[in-house]
Amino acid sequence: MHNIKMDNKMDEILLIEAVERYLKGEMSANEIAFFEEIRKKDPAVDQLVVEHTYLYHQLEKQANSKAFKHSLYEAENRLTEEGIITKAKLSGKAKVVFLWKKYKRSIAVAASIAGFVSIVTTALISSYNNKAGKNSIIYLMGQIKKTEKKIDQLDNKIKANSNQRIQTPSNPDYRATGFLIDGKGYIVTSAHVVNRMKSIYVENSKGEYFSAQTVYTDPETDLAVLKINDSAYKTVYNLPYSINKSNSNLGEQIFTLGYPRNEIVYGEGYVSAKTGNEGDSTAYQVSVSVNPGNSGGPVLNKKGEIIGIITSKNSSADGVVFAAKSKNIYKLLEAFKKAGDTTNIKLPNNVGLKGLDREQQVKKMEDFVFMVVGN
Amino acid sequence: MSNFEQERQLLEALALNDGLVIEGIYRDNYPMVQAFILNNNGNSDEARDIFQEAMIVIYEKAVSGSLELNCLLKTYIYSVCRRLWLKRLQQLNRYTNLIENVEETVAVEEDLEIHEKNNADFVIMENAMGKIGEPCKSLLDAYYIQKKNMQEIAVDFGYTNADNAKTQKYKCLIRLKKLFFAQYKNGQ
Repeated sequence: MHNIKMDNKMDEILLIEAVERYLKGEMSANEIAFFEEIRKKDPAVDQLVVEHTYLYHQLEKQANSKAFKHSLYEAENRLTEEGIITKAKLSGKAKVVFLWKKYKRSIAVAASIAGFVSIVTTALISSYNNKAGKNSIIYLMGQIKKTEKKIDQLDNKIKANSNQRIQTPSNPDYRATGFLIDGKGYIVTSAHVVNRMKSIYVENSKGEYFSAQTVYTDPETDLAVLKINDSAYKTVYNLPYSINKSNSNLGEQIFTLGYPRNEIVYGEGYVSAKTGNEGDSTAYQVSVSVNPGNSGGPVLNKKGEIIGIITSKNSSADGVVFAAKSKNIYKLLEAFKKAGDTTNIKLPNNVGLKGLDREQQVKKMEDFVFMVVGN
Repeated sequence: MSNFEQERQLLEALALNDGLVIEGIYRDNYPMVQAFILNNNGNSDEARDIFQEAMIVIYEKAVSGSLELNCLLKTYIYSVCRRLWLKRLQQLNRYTNLIENVEETVAVEEDLEIHEKNNADFVIMENAMGKIGEPCKSLLDAYYIQKKNMQEIAVDFGYTNADNAKTQKYKCLIRLKKLFFAQYKNGQ
C-alpha cells in the first residue's frame, strides 16, 4: 500500500461507490477525469478498481444469465402447452399396476388403521369421558393447545393493531398444511384433515387469513382440494413449481414445508421406499422429520418439483413418514372432470425453482404454502 | 437481406433477452435436436436440458459480442447439442455409436470451453454468496440480481433510509469480494 491506506473501510466504501457510478456512466466529465487521475497515481487504488470492476461485471453477468434462464423456462412452458416440446409421460403399463395395487389397498385399509396416526393437531378440549389410561396424554395436548391458542390470539391482536386485514377463525381446533395447485386459489391438502373441519381457514406465511371451502376429497389417496373463496384473495400467476407425474427414485433428496406450529417449518430428507404403508403403491415412504400439523405439506425434490403430499407417520417406528404420490393429484382431477366438474383447475407446470439453491427455493415456495386451520 | 444478416439480427435480439426471439429459435430448432437425442439413447427431458444449455451457449456468445457464427444458426445449434450430448453420454457411461442424419457440423469446442469457464465462475460466485451470511446475501441478491432499487430494499430489510441500506450493501460487497477472489485465485 502506498499513499492512501486502504485498510480503512470507509475509504473503500467511498471507492466502491465511485467505481459503481463510473461503470454505470453516472459520473460527470470532471469526475471521470479526477477518478482516472487518482487511479493513475496510486497503484493500490487502481488494483481495487480493477477488482471491483471485475466483481461488478461478474454480478451483472450472473443477473443477466438468471434472467435469460427465466425467459428460457417461460418459452419452454408455452411451447410445452402447444405440444411442440413433449415431456416424459406415464406409461400405460404403470396404470394397470396402479389400479391393481389400489384394489389391494382397500382390503388393507381396515387392518392398517390401528398402526398409524394421522398427523393432524387435535385439541380435544372437553374430552372428560375418556378412559384413565389415555387421559393424561389428551390432557397434555389440550394444555399445549390452550396456550397455543392464547398465543394465536395475542398474535392476531398484534396483527390487528398493525392495520393488517385479518379474519380470525375463532379458536381453531385442527391445524394442517396445504399448498396452491392453481393460482386462482385452489389448495391441495390432506382429506383426513378437512374431513374433520366444519369451517376452514387458510393462512399464508405473511399471516393473512382467507376462508376456504372443500371442493373435492378422495379418502383413498387422502387428498383434498380446497378453494379459497374470499374477496381479499388475489389470484397468483405463475406458481414457480410443477407437479411431478412420474415416480421418484429411491434415495432422492427431498424437502418439505409445513405448519407443525404457528410458524412455517422446513424439513429435509430422502425417499426411503417407493411404496407407502403396507406396500401401498399410491404413496412413498420418506425419511423426514414431521409432526402433527405437517399433514398436507408438499414434498419437493431438488429441482423444485412437487413429488408428494405428507399424509401420515407410523406411530410405532421412528422416521417412517408416508407421502401420497403427486401423480394422484392428476388422477383426482381427472376423475372429477369425468364426473362433470367445471372448475377448470390448471396444474402448474413451471420450473422457476430449478437450479436455485435451497434457501432461494424455500423463499420462493413459502408464499404458496398455507396453514389450514378449522374447527 | 442474406440469411447470415438475418441471423445476426436474431442474435442481437437474443443478447437482449427477447422472449419472442427465444421462442422462435425453439420452434425452428427444437424438433431437430429432440429427434437427435431420442435416436441416441436419450429421452425428452434430456433433450430439453441439452437444448437449454445450447441456448445459454449461444446467449453467452451473443452477449460477448461475437455474433459471427460463420454458419447457419441451425448448424451451430446442432453442433453444440451434438457435442454436449456426446459428453453427457460419456459421463453416464451410455456411449453408443451415434445414429444421425448426415448433418453438417462446425467446430464448437472453443465456445464450449468459454461456456464451461463461465459456469465455473458462476459456481465460485454462488459459493461466495453462500458464505457471506445474512442479511448480506439477500441484500446483494436484491440489489445486483433482482435489480431492486435502494428505497425498496431499505423498506424490505427495515433500514431507516436508503443511505443506511447503501452503506450496508457496500460493506457486504467488500466481504463478497474477499471470498470471491480467495476462491477465484485458488481455482486458477
